[in-house]
Amino acid sequence: VCSCSLSCFCLYFPRYASLYFCCAIEDQDNELLTLEVVHRYVELLDRYFGNVCELDIIFNFEKAYFILDEFIIGGEVQDTSKRSAVKAIEDSDMLQETVEEYMNKPAF
Amino acid sequence: MPAPIRLRELIRTIRTARTQAEEREMIQKECAAIRSSFREEDNTYRCRNVAKLLYMHMLGYPAHFGQLECLKLIASQKFTDKRIGYLGAMLLLDERQDVHLLMTNCIKNDLNHSTQYVQGLALCTLGCMGSSEMCRDLAGEVEKLLKTSNSYLRKKAALCAVHVIRKVPELMEMFLPATKNLLNEKNHGVLHTSVVLLTEMCERSPDMLAHFRKNEKLVPQLVRILKNLIMSGYSPEHDVSGISDPFLQVRILRLLRILGRNDDDSSEAMNDILAQVATNTETSKNVGNAILYETVLTIMDIKSESGLRVLAINILGRFLLNNDKNIRYVALTSLLKTVQTDHNAVQRHRSTIVDCLKDLDVSIKRRAMELSFALVNGNNVRGMMKELLYFLDSCEPEFKADCASGIFLAAEKYAPSKRWHIDTIMRVLTTAGSYVRDDAVPNLIQLITNSVEMHAYTVQRLYKAILGDYSQQPLVQVASWCIGEYGDLLVSGQCEEEEPIQVTEDEVLDILESVLISNMSASVTRGYALTAIMKLSTRFTCTVNRIKKVVSIYGSSIDVELQQRAVEYNALFKKYDHMRPALLERMPVMEKVTTNGPTEIVQTNGETETAVLETKPPHSGLQPGSQANDLLDLLGGNDITPVIPTAPTSKPASAGGELLDLLGDLNLTGSPVSAPAPQISQPPFLPDSSQPLFNDIAAGIPSITAYNKNGLKIDFSFERSNTNPSVTVITIQASNSTELDMTDFVFQAAVPKTFQLQLLSPSSSVIPAFNSGTITQVIKVLNPQKQQLRMRIKLTYNHKGSAMQDLAEVNNFPPQSWQ
Repeated sequence: VCSCSLSCFCLYFPRYASLYFCCAIEDQDNELLTLEVVHRYVELLDRYFGNVCELDIIFNFEKAYFILDEFIIGGEVQDTSKRSAVKAIEDSDMLQETVEEYMNKPAF
Repeated sequence: MPAPIRLRELIRTIRTARTQAEEREMIQKECAAIRSSFREEDNTYRCRNVAKLLYMHMLGYPAHFGQLECLKLIASQKFTDKRIGYLGAMLLLDERQDVHLLMTNCIKNDLNHSTQYVQGLALCTLGCMGSSEMCRDLAGEVEKLLKTSNSYLRKKAALCAVHVIRKVPELMEMFLPATKNLLNEKNHGVLHTSVVLLTEMCERSPDMLAHFRKNEKLVPQLVRILKNLIMSGYSPEHDVSGISDPFLQVRILRLLRILGRNDDDSSEAMNDILAQVATNTETSKNVGNAILYETVLTIMDIKSESGLRVLAINILGRFLLNNDKNIRYVALTSLLKTVQTDHNAVQRHRSTIVDCLKDLDVSIKRRAMELSFALVNGNNVRGMMKELLYFLDSCEPEFKADCASGIFLAAEKYAPSKRWHIDTIMRVLTTAGSYVRDDAVPNLIQLITNSVEMHAYTVQRLYKAILGDYSQQPLVQVASWCIGEYGDLLVSGQCEEEEPIQVTEDEVLDILESVLISNMSASVTRGYALTAIMKLSTRFTCTVNRIKKVVSIYGSSIDVELQQRAVEYNALFKKYDHMRPALLERMPVMEKVTTNGPTEIVQTNGETETAVLETKPPHSGLQPGSQANDLLDLLGGNDITPVIPTAPTSKPASAGGELLDLLGDLNLTGSPVSAPAPQISQPPFLPDSSQPLFNDIAAGIPSITAYNKNGLKIDFSFERSNTNPSVTVITIQASNSTELDMTDFVFQAAVPKTFQLQLLSPSSSVIPAFNSGTITQVIKVLNPQKQQLRMRIKLTYNHKGSAMQDLAEVNNFPPQSWQ
């Protein structure tokens, strides 16, 4: 992990194989825990995609965001359970309309 | 119009681009298509188009024209649309665009939606990018959701509330009731976000903090939860490498820190659990260390008992030995924060810290360096300096300046001996000479001047240092100054501390001239060199002509500073040659400006203008009373126009003839502060005996006893100056042969009008009995007309409980003392 600090926050760059993560935290945040946060996020991706790799994230970037939004809101962790974050995404996926439903449903 | 291409299709296409230009072209084409699609208000493909736009936005291309479309998606009934719409809003919109306010109503509706996942989307968006206006409008909804029993929503509402409070702190109060039961939840998500919310509230408002401490009894609750976490068995859902929900543990520890800060009761209540966490947490993985780290931070910040604090510092010490450099980094940062308050405990880990200086990582090296300087003290200074000097040698350039400054500071404070101090400075100058800060040069010069007995050694070492390499400016500046000052010691081979080297005057001038000529020398350095050469004209004997030549060459230098110096020095050779020796005399010891710790400082009796010899010869602009002018004044001579009027020496002749009336007034001329009431400790215009101006002691002028009565004996001994035959220096010694001390002894003297007199401070005011000690005092007499020396003295002192006083004339001055 490399880090550099600026006056108000620090940047951390944990690396997972060919994936580089960049994370900005504040003074009072626990740096070592941040590494755990990033690790947990990777685990969530892995659980959702199954053996996640770079291409999964590229071609499903919106899903990566959705998963992130189930894990962190406003910079703070919202759930520490691996299971519930992924479950929420999968349930939401179910809510998404199929192509037919989508075409037939009125927009407004 | 054909259907817009799918998102994944676009991604695939863009990735085939081989150049930046190709990619740009594809993107532009697609953007155009998307724009026309938006214009057609196509509901079916809006979602797909916005998704593509978001991808292109991620690549760095402008996507602002999609902002309104996001709003339309949010307003849509289809979940797919909402999902992308809210994502788009978070990525493309923020409070700087007025458009975002249009979202408020949609979000409000969605917060009350029947599907929790829609509500979740709304809460998430508000919690990530809600502006203060939005927060104000929607805080009520958030508060409602905070009280719901649905834990999925409750946890999101809590974090949303955190965001609201950050944006609009005044709204904090309204969330207070909802926090009452938050910690009773079993759901870890709710627990975690609740702790975050409570932390935010306590950090922002001291009232809230007090409220939670006292009324809600938050500390016991948190301690209980933490204990359960540690004690409870394995829980697969929240487990990380064998530790149960480390995220929650860390947040609880952080909240405990805030609650325990400056509060004895709270701190006491958490002592046990902190000790438990500190000792029981597994340290083999990063996650355990993360918890330990937070624990240490908490222990150090609250009012913990000393045993706990030592435990904390020891944990940090163990961190320093960890292979993982993140952990070492974190440990060094924390130790730096605590070194002031828990100095001794940190000292125990000094050797580990010093080892970190050799680490490969730059951030760790820097922290280790700062911490090392904080740990230097009188006991370990030698060892620490060795390590730090080695570090200075091998570290990256960005450290060298700070390291050099740190070494100078530490050396000044804790130097065990002058020689060590000089050696250390030399080492820094030669190792990192070009990185030394500009202000270090005058400080070093001052230091060197003060170490009187080391002058020969210093100048020799400096000379050797620049002989090989004169590119490092600070080193060359200090060396030039020293050579200029102590060049005579250098050629006379007087060094005691090490083997003296054989140097001729020409060789010395060679090196100084090289500095002058060299392209590497800065203008300032050249100035130093030129002045040094000039000074040597009074210290060297055979090379004065050479010096004159060099100086005159620079009279036409392009560099204005050099030119001015050279011209003035030339003038010194020509018109003011008689002043030259005195002007270029050895610098007196300078008074230290900063004193920190046990350095040996030679105090002068008065400050001398250090600028005297470095700047141009004195003009009439100098203030009266400056020491330099007193110097000039003493030099006398009729061909100098009196530059500064000293205190007027005219006194009405008393009835007693030429000798003045001693009873009321004493004519103590030569000092600018001549009050009618005689002052004994005059501000001397010349520094005292530590730097003798008169380098030679006149051989064979007999001393006299000027006074001997009632057990009080005063002897006069004389010195004449080679350089100024009109000056006589009289040293008086007063001794007491009675059986009781004489206290409050004051010696005063008066001379005829044609003389000038200066009295320096006496060594003390008590003459001990039985001749066991003396008072010495120095009188300087200027006798330009070479008249016979006569003096009237007045003595006052206390003896045997009564005040004594006597007047006497001294007439027995030996002719050698004034002829």
